[in-house]
Amino acid sequence: MLHIINKSPFERNSLESCLRTASKGSTLLFIEDGVYAALEGSAKADTLRQAMQDYTVCVLEPDLAARGIAAKAMDGIKRVDYAGFVDLVAESERVQSWL
Amino acid sequence: MSEEMMEEGGTIKKFLYVNRKAPYGTVYALESLEVVLIGAAFEQDVSLVFMDDGVFQITKGQDTAGVEMKNFSPTYRALEMYDVEKLFVEKESLDARGLTEDDLLVPVEVMTSEQIRDLMEDQDVILSF
Repeated sequence: MLHIINKSPFERNSLESCLRTASKGSTLLFIEDGVYAALEGSAKADTLRQAMQDYTVCVLEPDLAARGIAAKAMDGIKRVDYAGFVDLVAESERVQSWL
Repeated sequence: MSEEMMEEGGTIKKFLYVNRKAPYGTVYALESLEVVLIGAAFEQDVSLVFMDDGVFQITKGQDTAGVEMKNFSPTYRALEMYDVEKLFVEKESLDARGLTEDDLLVPVEVMTSEQIRDLMEDQDVILSF
């Protein structure tokens, strides 16, 4: 299952709700303001590091770059482009968008 | 009429713009910037606060080519040409996001929440975005 998160973890609880309910082995993809979850050294970094134990964590690179945080994203997060985004959706049986 | 009321034929008020939204996920940041620029023409006493996700508006190194949106972050550097020079950033918001003053693209004064509170109490008008 692919979980897509597009809201800042500092403003909304989408990330927490997703992590509470996503089954192990799922893939998380951060897009738009969701990419702020990838910030190394932030108050959410430990939450995400923990999540990486159970989930494949991906982030949409162009959204990181737009926000000036491409160099600040945590190690261990897979960066994808738009084509990679499409691949993730195509290969997932179900997609849950945490709007 | 009191002395502070009249200067160059108009009333000078203290305006504070409070910016709390990240730059590209919603249109608030861009709208705020446009209102600040329009307001600058009226020669008021303007201050800007960046707090919560608003600190991301002035984060260095924004490159929007890949998302095909306008990168409006360089405009913050032009604000001083409009005599908008009082930019404040809440320290607690930077800390929570793993950012420091060095990550910001304009000179700012970093303030604690208590200092921001006092700044807000000192204003005539507060506009929140």
